Amino acid sequence: MQELRKERLDRGVKVRCDSIYAVSSLKEVMFLVGPGLALVLILLVLPLVVSPYWQRVLSITGIYVLLSIGFGFLANYVGLVCLGGALFVGVGGYLSGIMNSVGVPMILSIPIAAFAGAVICTVLLLPCLPLRGVYFAIVSFVYPLLAARLIAATGIFGGTDGIAGLDVLTNRWFNIYLIFFVLLVAIFFMSRLVNYEDLGLVFRGVKDNEQAIIASGINITWYKAQAVFIAAFLGCFGGAYLTHLYGWVGMSLFAIDFSILPVAATVVGGSGILYGPLLGTFLLVPLSEMMRDYGTLRIVFYAVILVFFVVFWTEGIMEYLRRKYEQFEHWVRV
Amino acid sequence: MNDNIILQVKNLSKAFGGVTAVNDVSFDLARGEIMGVIGPNGSGKTTLSNLITGFIKKDAGSVVFNGKDISRWPAYKIADAGLARTFQVMRPYATLAAYKNLVPPLFSPRARRTARGKLGDRSAVAIDILEEVGFERDARVPYKLAGTLPLGYLKRLELCRCLALRPELIICDEVFSGLSMSEIASMVPLMERLRRDGITLIMVEHRLRELFRIADKVLVLNFGEKIAEGLSQDIFKVEKVKQAYFGGEDCYVSSE
Ligand SMILES: Nc1ncnc2c1ncn2[C@@H]1O[C@H](COP(=O)(O)OP(=O)(O)O)[C@@H](O)[C@H]1O
Ligand SMILES: [Mg+2]
Repeated sequence: MQELRKERLDRGVKVRCDSIYAVSSLKEVMFLVGPGLALVLILLVLPLVVSPYWQRVLSITGIYVLLSIGFGFLANYVGLVCLGGALFVGVGGYLSGIMNSVGVPMILSIPIAAFAGAVICTVLLLPCLPLRGVYFAIVSFVYPLLAARLIAATGIFGGTDGIAGLDVLTNRWFNIYLIFFVLLVAIFFMSRLVNYEDLGLVFRGVKDNEQAIIASGINITWYKAQAVFIAAFLGCFGGAYLTHLYGWVGMSLFAIDFSILPVAATVVGGSGILYGPLLGTFLLVPLSEMMRDYGTLRIVFYAVILVFFVVFWTEGIMEYLRRKYEQFEHWVRV
Repeated sequence: MNDNIILQVKNLSKAFGGVTAVNDVSFDLARGEIMGVIGPNGSGKTTLSNLITGFIKKDAGSVVFNGKDISRWPAYKIADAGLARTFQVMRPYATLAAYKNLVPPLFSPRARRTARGKLGDRSAVAIDILEEVGFERDARVPYKLAGTLPLGYLKRLELCRCLALRPELIICDEVFSGLSMSEIASMVPLMERLRRDGITLIMVEHRLRELFRIADKVLVLNFGEKIAEGLSQDIFKVEKVKQAYFGGEDCYVSSE
């Protein structure tokens, strides 16, 4: 009996694009920018072909995408498992809401909340940065629960009722293209950072080779803080945007979904590149919306999907697609 | 204090559980010297390096580097001050090209400071550094994945990581071990050149003959204790050293 083994080889165009910086033919240019261009096109066209209801769903999905790429970035390129999505959304959302309620227009309150919120979240997480793996995850997960209890118990920031009557982003076209634009900028910027920038190499070193980074005279806590700031900035922007999508802030901004869904999206989409969490989010959030009628049964469905990916398809969808794109495979005799 | 003393180690001790890995070790090192640290396996050489460079906490003792007490400094700050070290167990970024491994050290505050704004493209500088230490023999090697490099190149890469910082003192933890005779022979001139460039070296070694050719003085550890310190050619005249190394038999180490 003949034994066969699958052999995978990089496509010629991939090899050339890796080694030669001056790209020489249209085919090579398309190979490099094609996937990014396709993503831009999809995000441009998608809002045009769906109903206003689904436009709203996609806007919310955009917020989750910001959280997911922040999570994927920290987990796979810095080595921090950060379940702080709810913290980021909550802090960003409340900050913008509070500022808006005292008269700051939302065109200012949203960017200020994104920035100041990121500073606050980074400072809150700073003491835990030297903690390893799961401890950091736990602390980042617990903060939003604490914040929600604190608000409920003391009645600050409107207590359990929240703050209503804030400015609302009314134009649904503007809303959806705004969040899509932000997520595109975020993912292009971060992909560039982790793949081509020297700072990205330091981040990856913090994950893979902590001792060598320390021995190079680099304060790893400072670089972890910078990375957390980037993720927190995206999340806080998402929170501030969410606040003005509804014109209301409340304790639901600290919902644990914001912390958990990015993990699931990264599992489904794949963790090798940042586009994995993006794809995973665009699958999971609309899916969960479609199953709204089934109530809690959708949790079961979710769990099944997750187990399937964890056990049978660990590389995730995006890794799979990338491999198909960059390599061809064929069977060879052993 | 004498300006010429670059490193002063006093009464350094460290115990892991019941094992005293380093016990009350003291020594002074003059600028520009090469000091060898030798001792049987498990005698505390790596632990001593870790203590000096701040990678593990000291139970007792102090370290003064360039007149500054660095005993309580975090490891990154010690490296930043110019006291670099290699690791006995090397863990390069296996999935990155060799020269990319040098980008983080070149990105460090010290490298930027010492280059005085002339750093330029880090990848280009990285390749220059690699070629200085012997990567020039095959022009493609700097571009190979670090995980695929043979041991000799890995040891050099580890040294380059230190050199990128333009350090004043390098502690080399067994850079010769595991190398063939010819590879060691090609490393020796490199170490001598580092000394000529004004870098002080502490060489933790197993291979005695090559070490004795380049070291000015030698410190001998046994069970964590310093049992002797002296000039290379005299060290094996010490009775305790003979005991530790050869069970008391007479020995002759040529130092031609
Ligand atoms: N992290 C550690 N935990 C416990 N024991 C250790 C640790 N590091 C070293 N030791 C012990 O300390 C002693 C000295 O080890 P080491 O410094 O590695 O010796 P050398 O480098 O001279 O071979 C050994 O007995 C070793 O088992
Ligand atoms: Mg050792």
